[in-house]
Amino acid sequence: MSRILRHRAIVEDDWTLAVDMTAAPSAADRWIVPLARWRAERDTLGAGALGVLLPNTADVETLYPQIAASPVIALQFPAFADGRALTQAVLLRNRLGYRGELRAVGDVVRDLVFWLGRCGFDVLVPRPDQDLEACRQALDEIRLAYQPAADGHTPIWVRRRASAADATGSNAP
Amino acid sequence: MYRYDQTDRELLRQRTEQFRDQTRRYLAGELPEDDFRQLRLRNGLYQQRHAPMLRISVPYGLLGSAQLRAMAHVVRAYDKGYAHFTTRQNIQLNWPRLEQVPDLLAELAEVQLHSIQACGNDTRNITCDYLAGAADDEQVDPRAYCELLRQFVTLHPEFYWLPRKFKFGFSGATTDRAATRTNDAAVHVLRRDGVIGYRFFVGGGLGRLPMLGQEMNGFVPESDLLIYACAILRTFNLFGRRDNIHKARIKIVLREWGIERFRAALETEYAKILASDEGEQLRLWPEDIERMGTHFSAPPYRPAHEAGADLAERATHDARFAAWLKRNVRAHKMPGYRVVFVSLKAPEQAPGDCTAEQFEALAQLADAYSFGELRATYDQNLVLPDVAERDLHALWLQLEAARLATPNIGLTTDIVACPGLDFCGLANAGTIGVTHEIYRRFDSLEAQYDIGPIRITMSGCMNGCGHHSVGHIGILGVDKHGEEWYQVTLGGSPGNDASIGERVGRALARSEIAEGIERLIHTYLERRSDEEETFLECYRRIGLAPFKARLYGTEAEADSEAEAA
Repeated sequence: MSRILRHRAIVEDDWTLAVDMTAAPSAADRWIVPLARWRAERDTLGAGALGVLLPNTADVETLYPQIAASPVIALQFPAFADGRALTQAVLLRNRLGYRGELRAVGDVVRDLVFWLGRCGFDVLVPRPDQDLEACRQALDEIRLAYQPAADGHTPIWVRRRASAADATGSNAP
Repeated sequence: MYRYDQTDRELLRQRTEQFRDQTRRYLAGELPEDDFRQLRLRNGLYQQRHAPMLRISVPYGLLGSAQLRAMAHVVRAYDKGYAHFTTRQNIQLNWPRLEQVPDLLAELAEVQLHSIQACGNDTRNITCDYLAGAADDEQVDPRAYCELLRQFVTLHPEFYWLPRKFKFGFSGATTDRAATRTNDAAVHVLRRDGVIGYRFFVGGGLGRLPMLGQEMNGFVPESDLLIYACAILRTFNLFGRRDNIHKARIKIVLREWGIERFRAALETEYAKILASDEGEQLRLWPEDIERMGTHFSAPPYRPAHEAGADLAERATHDARFAAWLKRNVRAHKMPGYRVVFVSLKAPEQAPGDCTAEQFEALAQLADAYSFGELRATYDQNLVLPDVAERDLHALWLQLEAARLATPNIGLTTDIVACPGLDFCGLANAGTIGVTHEIYRRFDSLEAQYDIGPIRITMSGCMNGCGHHSVGHIGILGVDKHGEEWYQVTLGGSPGNDASIGERVGRALARSEIAEGIERLIHTYLERRSDEEETFLECYRRIGLAPFKARLYGTEAEADSEAEAA
């Protein structure tokens, strides 16, 4: 089992990414499989026991009704500078309301971690050569943000409304 | 000017420290070259073997005197005593050392300058009308909107790893002085029936396949600036091509999809954001815009009777002052005030270069005569935006002393050029030497005044940083078997009448190019209907053929064949 970052902690991974596996999974395996496989298996295994891996070209809005019950959605970074899955993550979290585990897989390097965290990924599977502790710390590399993403930051313009209200002694929010 | 608050300062400090750590890891061998490349680009740094280049963002082209003084210091302490203004109103240093860049950036951060997203596949520095707030044809001052958008796109996590660079250009006036439609997205802030909104264009871009932005929405409400921008960036992030760097700009999506399909996708995403919590978060309230606007309030202009002066009197006694007044000084919206252009195109000066001494002189002159502010233009000149008429003569004397008063704004020697092969690792051909040769051929002011408004632009490679595609005469350096050659285009324009130049024919050799430009200009002088008809108007009337025939006259053909042999 490999070690990963889950909810800001370094833990053993209890899921297995099975991209090319031909054997039939059992409910106890906790596999994450590609979308086509996931569709084929979920009825026998129950959607709750199987995670789904999406290509970064997948239209998450169209797919969502099918995959909403998946406990894990894994999104891919074929190269760390390919940011398509960041938009997929933001849409899953903010627009579609997905509350399950959103994991980043592929070329996940320390210098991508900060951006992943802001876009709503709660599980990161770093590239095998990466220092996990360094990755964990990178989540807080920059602690301020101008804009909202999927990590609860209040936009700067909204915060300035509040501070302007404070400054004038108003009770407005 | 925008003044940082605690959040702005702290965010920039943390960002600088982030880059310091990345640089440290790279130099320690902990970070592979390829990985570091992506990171340093997003901090403005092109690393080349012998000449690293640091691009510093000048938000919407606006500089304060404290920033100018810091630039003077930085170019002395970290570089060779000069810097270069670019066609995107930014500043480039040519010789910083990588290990010193984090310190350099920390010093710049003290005066609100940074290199965040100055390069790389992200949202670049926003460009803007250099006369914002001072122009007499302005509908809406765009600067507050620029800063609101700057903050939105700065370190935006969803849009930090785009398929390719993404550029916004703003204008709020009837005259487009920011080459807006050459940007991936152009934002025209306007009033319709008294209500403020934005006209959005998408899909412009120079470089390979130069294209002009196409109108996507004629009136986006004022509250929806960030929402519409988010919809554009999201559409680009999802659908921009990542398989071929030369086809990765948003203009290619537009070309492959067609305008209607692209617009439908964009408007659908816009509607989805509007209907969601995200839209609620991104929607700007009137007070947000008003609060930002206070950073850009009008300076304390003196009344016209105190600021104004009778300039005709002085001009009759001094022909050089008169020439400068005519060429480098423009009307201002306030009676008694003028806009002053500072030419960075003196003889033998690389276009856009500025020395430490000139930065200092400009800081002092901005403080003394223009409320401490200066603007960078996309023509690689500078502007003192708010000068009282009665200060013009004193200002001129001091600009003259600093070699900043060449009266050639908009004329033949006001050549736009990227740094070219002398500095840039991407370039195929030199630019600076060619600009000097063209300059020498037209150095006489009488000749330049006879030729009138003309825009000669030159890039050392296909990437088009010198805006060759939108020059009346555009010159593109190409490499042919290790030799420098130059392709010529005609009829490009970056303004309201924006157009992409048409290629004339085969490239010219290094030894032919200056002569070729002279021939083109002589063709115009002979064929213009009268002295009022500009080069561009003449070209549009008579077309390419007469210019082409003259450029490749039999004499020139014979010469070039002799050289090639």
